[in-house]
Amino acid sequence: MAQAQMRKPVECGVPDHMQYLHPVMRKNYGNWKYHDRPRPGVLHHVAHGGEEIWTVRAGTQRQMDHYTIRKLCDIADKYADSYVRFTIRSNMEFMVADEKKVAPLIAELEKNGFPVGGTGNSVSMIAHTQGWLHCDIPGTDASGVVKSLMDELYQEFIHEEMPNRVRLSTSCCEINCGGQADIAIVIQHTKPPKINHDLVANVCERPAVVARCPVAAIRPALVNGKPSLEVDEKKCICCGACFPPCPPMQINDPEHSKLAIWVGGKNSNARIKPQFMKMVAAGLPNNAPRWPEVAAVVKNILRVYKEDARPWERIADWIDRIGWPRFFEKTGLPFTKYLIDDWRGSRSNLNASTHIRF
Amino acid sequence: MAKKPHDTPNLDQLESGPWPSFVTGLKRLAKDKDYVVDVLGHLEHSYKTRKGYWKGGTVGVFGYGGGVIPRFTEIKDDKEQAVFKDAAEFHTLRIMPPAGMHYNTDILRKFCDIWEKHGSGLIAFHGQSGDIMFQGCTTENVQKAFDEFNELGFDLGGAGPAVRTSMSCVGHARCEQSCFDEGKAHRSIINAFLDDIHRPALPYKFKFKFSGCANDCMNSIQRADMAVIGTWRDNMQTDAALAKKWFAKHGLNELVNDVVGMCPTRAIQLKDTKAVSKDASVSSVAVNDTQSIEIQNRDCVRCMHCINVMTGALAPGKERGATILVGGKRTLKIGDLMGTVVVPFMKLESDEDMEALLDLAKRIVDFFAENALEHERTGEMIERIGLVNFLEGVELDIDASMVSAPRTNPYVRMDDWDAEVAKVNAKKAAA
Repeated sequence: MAQAQMRKPVECGVPDHMQYLHPVMRKNYGNWKYHDRPRPGVLHHVAHGGEEIWTVRAGTQRQMDHYTIRKLCDIADKYADSYVRFTIRSNMEFMVADEKKVAPLIAELEKNGFPVGGTGNSVSMIAHTQGWLHCDIPGTDASGVVKSLMDELYQEFIHEEMPNRVRLSTSCCEINCGGQADIAIVIQHTKPPKINHDLVANVCERPAVVARCPVAAIRPALVNGKPSLEVDEKKCICCGACFPPCPPMQINDPEHSKLAIWVGGKNSNARIKPQFMKMVAAGLPNNAPRWPEVAAVVKNILRVYKEDARPWERIADWIDRIGWPRFFEKTGLPFTKYLIDDWRGSRSNLNASTHIRF
Repeated sequence: MAKKPHDTPNLDQLESGPWPSFVTGLKRLAKDKDYVVDVLGHLEHSYKTRKGYWKGGTVGVFGYGGGVIPRFTEIKDDKEQAVFKDAAEFHTLRIMPPAGMHYNTDILRKFCDIWEKHGSGLIAFHGQSGDIMFQGCTTENVQKAFDEFNELGFDLGGAGPAVRTSMSCVGHARCEQSCFDEGKAHRSIINAFLDDIHRPALPYKFKFKFSGCANDCMNSIQRADMAVIGTWRDNMQTDAALAKKWFAKHGLNELVNDVVGMCPTRAIQLKDTKAVSKDASVSSVAVNDTQSIEIQNRDCVRCMHCINVMTGALAPGKERGATILVGGKRTLKIGDLMGTVVVPFMKLESDEDMEALLDLAKRIVDFFAENALEHERTGEMIERIGLVNFLEGVELDIDASMVSAPRTNPYVRMDDWDAEVAKVNAKKAAA
């Protein structure tokens, strides 16, 4: 019996992380006193008892072939202490207990093409999604957009010259798996889905698709004698929510799926409360393989922020001080009627005061 | 040697430039694997036509209902045959990482060996939910690869309407700002929900995330259904030697502009040392021979800013724990929602504290399972039923820290106002 030969999974869940900690980190677990940054890409932590650990942070392409991972392991074995971790933004961190190992480790990483940086007031690696490489609903690629942008932002990764840390994300549909960020690049569809009525009845659970629409624009319909769905195109907000449960409702379009830029997202509670990011630009072409129009807008926003923000201001803090009119003035981005929120709760985004900067 | 590579003029352009190139990596793999030759061809086709061509399906491992992301090609010729036939199946295994994403080279090399043998050789550290993503596997090899990962002590993560893989920050392992043992909390909670991870049966996804302080490096507030964020409730700690060292390097202007002036609740003042308040709720530290900063801890909202600037000179207090927030999520369907407070403070030190956290997590997931509509996240459910109904359902007491302001409209039935007042007063008297 085939069934009897199947191996039953061991439901072991999350493995114990203590086995993978550098001995100095294991010993001083929960007992750290402070840290500083001797140079970009290096953290130096000191425990209450005086023990120290140095961390060297290197950027990776996230989607790594096993040769790259083995190369990084070779470096970790030869130049570090064989213990590594990854940050939430796919940077690899090498921990060493001896300060003397820091410089040779950096040299070896750089020699092999891994940028050392991403700490403190730098532009760190972009949090990103799967895109055309693996996702079933992508409007664009992820790894390619990130590679293109990080090539352009390389100097900002290896230096710490921004007013505060800058966190970027990209997302290849409006579900926004890349998440909130100081600057986020997100697909924005501009046309309703194109429906393949021959397939809907067989592929889609129609009531579930109807329920998925945020604006109730989808209704069951008989098209060419077949049960299908139809979209009230005047109501449709082109969000693409119907596409994952019903692939015959194709939302992605090489021409009309555009890219939008959002700014001021912030998860940290430091200073002003956590903020959602706000859309400030849209209509950018999905211009593979290097997306130059997107890079131009992102770099421009970063340039203005770098010149204008005060130390410790994240993009959200900076805009909180200078105000939105000045943000649009300084960046030269057009403030169009589409940037005025009309979704539920939108009145809280209107200026209910006479607070106006002139 | 693998078969001849496809022309990839678009992808080739992603090999230049200083940032490490995933295309170069894929090409290295394609030297030995026909599979990756066709993956490159498939991806180039997307670049050319600007569309995606993978569809989902059903692929899994024996005994589990989720954790594998199936992908089948949709690039077919007119006979309905896959154009890139060696990459017709390109599934991903989501494997849960250790808390804090710590590894040693030994385990990473073992991952490489398994994935070189059974998969494409392409691994992403990590996906946005926190999984190690072993990308690119045929249906036939999914079970073989999983069995080997599982033998190493690793397990599949969540996918679909399930409790999902979690993330926790570096925290206790290497951060002075950590307010609870994130790894222990992460592991105790997630490993108590393995059935809900491996056998998706919830209304929709449910995510836990663990950040050791309010800097929230795990982005938990906006993407976790239940965010556990470290905080403290006694006075901030100070260190005179490090404060003086900081001041000597940065000076008065930075102290005023970057520390005192940026406190969101104006809880910090610069004072002559001899005039510093002796109040029990005040923390203070001298920065030079005559001046001190004075922090009124009752006004402090534990935002972390001044501690970030003067790390070590200022530090979280000793009575540490976490604030619990529920309901964070991104746009679909009703719009973005931040997590909001449901427990202002709970201690997270002893095993009993961890059990209390787990008990709360179970009550919340149970309530979600029973009350959310299909495809509705916790935040949307709370928006629909109201926070008070949710709190009563999970047996949590209300607290003024849960709101940014009380009600601003009179549209509410308040028949039982007197009874509620009596309850609040009785609670105050008992405290």
